[in-house]
Amino acid sequence: MTTVQVATRVPLDEYATVIGDGEIDEMRALARPLTGRTVQMINSTAVGGGVAEMLNRIVPLAEELGLNIRWDVMTGGDDFFEVTKAFHNALHGEPYHPEPAHFEIFRAYNEQNIKRIPLDSEFIIIHDPQPAGFIEARKRKSGHWIWRCHIDLSHPSPSVWSFLESYVSQYDGAIFSSPQFARQLPIRQYLFYPAIDPLSEKNRELEPEFIMQVLTRYSIDPLRPILTQISRFDRLKDPVGVIRAYRIVRRYFDCQLVLAGGSATDDPEGVEVLKEVKRAAEGDPDIKVLELPPWAPLEVNALQRASTIVIQKSLREGFGLTVSEALWKKKPVVASAVGGIPNQIIHKHTGLLAHSVEGTAYQVRFLLSHPEIAARLGEHGYAHVKENFLITQNLKRYLTLFLASQPAV
Amino acid sequence: MTAAEGPFEFFTVAYLTQIGNYSAGTLAELLNGLEHCSDASIFHHTYQTLGSHHYLTEGFSNDFAQWVLADANRDALAEQLAALDIRDYNSIAALRSDLCRIVHDFIDEHPDFAGQEALERFYFCESLQVTRPFGLTASDLDEFHLGVARLSHSAFYFHFISSRLRLQLRTNDFSHWLANALGLKTLADSINRIDIYTNTLDSARAKLLRLIERERRKHDHGSSRDPRPAG
Repeated sequence: MTTVQVATRVPLDEYATVIGDGEIDEMRALARPLTGRTVQMINSTAVGGGVAEMLNRIVPLAEELGLNIRWDVMTGGDDFFEVTKAFHNALHGEPYHPEPAHFEIFRAYNEQNIKRIPLDSEFIIIHDPQPAGFIEARKRKSGHWIWRCHIDLSHPSPSVWSFLESYVSQYDGAIFSSPQFARQLPIRQYLFYPAIDPLSEKNRELEPEFIMQVLTRYSIDPLRPILTQISRFDRLKDPVGVIRAYRIVRRYFDCQLVLAGGSATDDPEGVEVLKEVKRAAEGDPDIKVLELPPWAPLEVNALQRASTIVIQKSLREGFGLTVSEALWKKKPVVASAVGGIPNQIIHKHTGLLAHSVEGTAYQVRFLLSHPEIAARLGEHGYAHVKENFLITQNLKRYLTLFLASQPAV
Repeated sequence: MTAAEGPFEFFTVAYLTQIGNYSAGTLAELLNGLEHCSDASIFHHTYQTLGSHHYLTEGFSNDFAQWVLADANRDALAEQLAALDIRDYNSIAALRSDLCRIVHDFIDEHPDFAGQEALERFYFCESLQVTRPFGLTASDLDEFHLGVARLSHSAFYFHFISSRLRLQLRTNDFSHWLANALGLKTLADSINRIDIYTNTLDSARAKLLRLIERERRKHDHGSSRDPRPAG
């Protein structure tokens, strides 16, 4: 078990430039009765992935608000992470036949970690399945234990879920990212949307000159409409479907398509999908298939900001925060109605939903024909993200949860 | 400037969304959910959603209407649900009764639509409310103006929209205080008439601040109290 020391701290007041002084005052007002209360966040990695990214921001902000908060990361061997990766995929609905040894490995590492750390905070938030077994260390009625599930549990493998449920049902509550990701449980279930950080490199304002540099680097014409999907090269993101939709749009509009995602070199399936995408794009210089470096937030930011329309044509999706990233940049978005996307795209208000290649193409054509409607959707989308999907809102939800859960102060 | 008999204390509200036990994939299931869900759920999908989606001023009224429009694809029913104005209600029971009546009548009239599957399911959630003092008070119109200008969206929503249920009156906290503590009934009425469906919280607040500024100018030019008695 390792306690994480967050290196980069963004002061709360810097967020006032984005959300306003009143919202910061409000967070301070909510945090006042929680001064000095102990909070513990526990997950399985300090770097990489959305959970670590979020905790890196939330923990220092909560500390600045006066909470006595710590972030611990559990440790495990390769065997543990192989098992939990398989559990993760099975909870997402992939077929999986676990062996009893797999459950033993899970239990053993949870027990090992429990022995290393005092779990005595007033509020303990356990993130995702890996450390879910920590609940076994709870002394009778001590603290307030919450399980924060960041994954989609709508169609889990029954064997893995029934194993996990025996732990989850011992918590005081569980947090899910969308109502459809939740399960029937005997405990309270809360809705916390995932969030983006408006001051991060992926989302902050950029100089127009930098955006132009990025377009030039990738030979993208700034004078013609740019349709963009930012996603890893994965069949569930349907990049080939996006190309088919683009080809329909091309009959009516002289536009370009940018498909940008992280390099697929360490993912055999990703390499295969990338080949398929390149084959489908062959012969059309207006389709740009970009393999971005593993960590290229500024390039992603620039490509999103340069886009005329952002597409997210996933076949299945977790929450799909790339949609919020685009909306934050006031971009009109056409996206599939899957996973957490309908939470972000309120159809005809903050973007347009589609259910097929043809539907995607139609909605894109509609927006290219009606730039004033596209602009309005972008404005509303921005407001929607500001109200619901920013890291500051996430922190406010945690404060509200602690206030609602604590004994009278 | 006239000082009030009792100061206005600004509060803020935060909501924790709880996922409920009901969901609906058809209009018949929606009706069942409406009949059986908690009051906190009706509040969440009508009052609270208006606050959290305040920037949508064209056709967005409540979650039920939006789902019927976008997922169940029944425009006429969606229009009827969207036409419900929460300012007409000072109890959740009355609002629930009208929501159920509208869906029930529609199903009666179009029984074939009752069981048709919607594109996406509707999930009934509910709001758990936490209120805290915002740390501001006002004893006169100047302080009141400063306070309102500084509020967060949630705090403004709490006093201007959700207060109707708390007061059990067809007014809001701001108007109530202005009329009763400062005797400014005309100003209170004007503020209460600001349309919360066609304004965002920001534009409603801007209108409210302009009305206060106009009132202050009137005071600067010599008149003191609203001539009409406080109501």
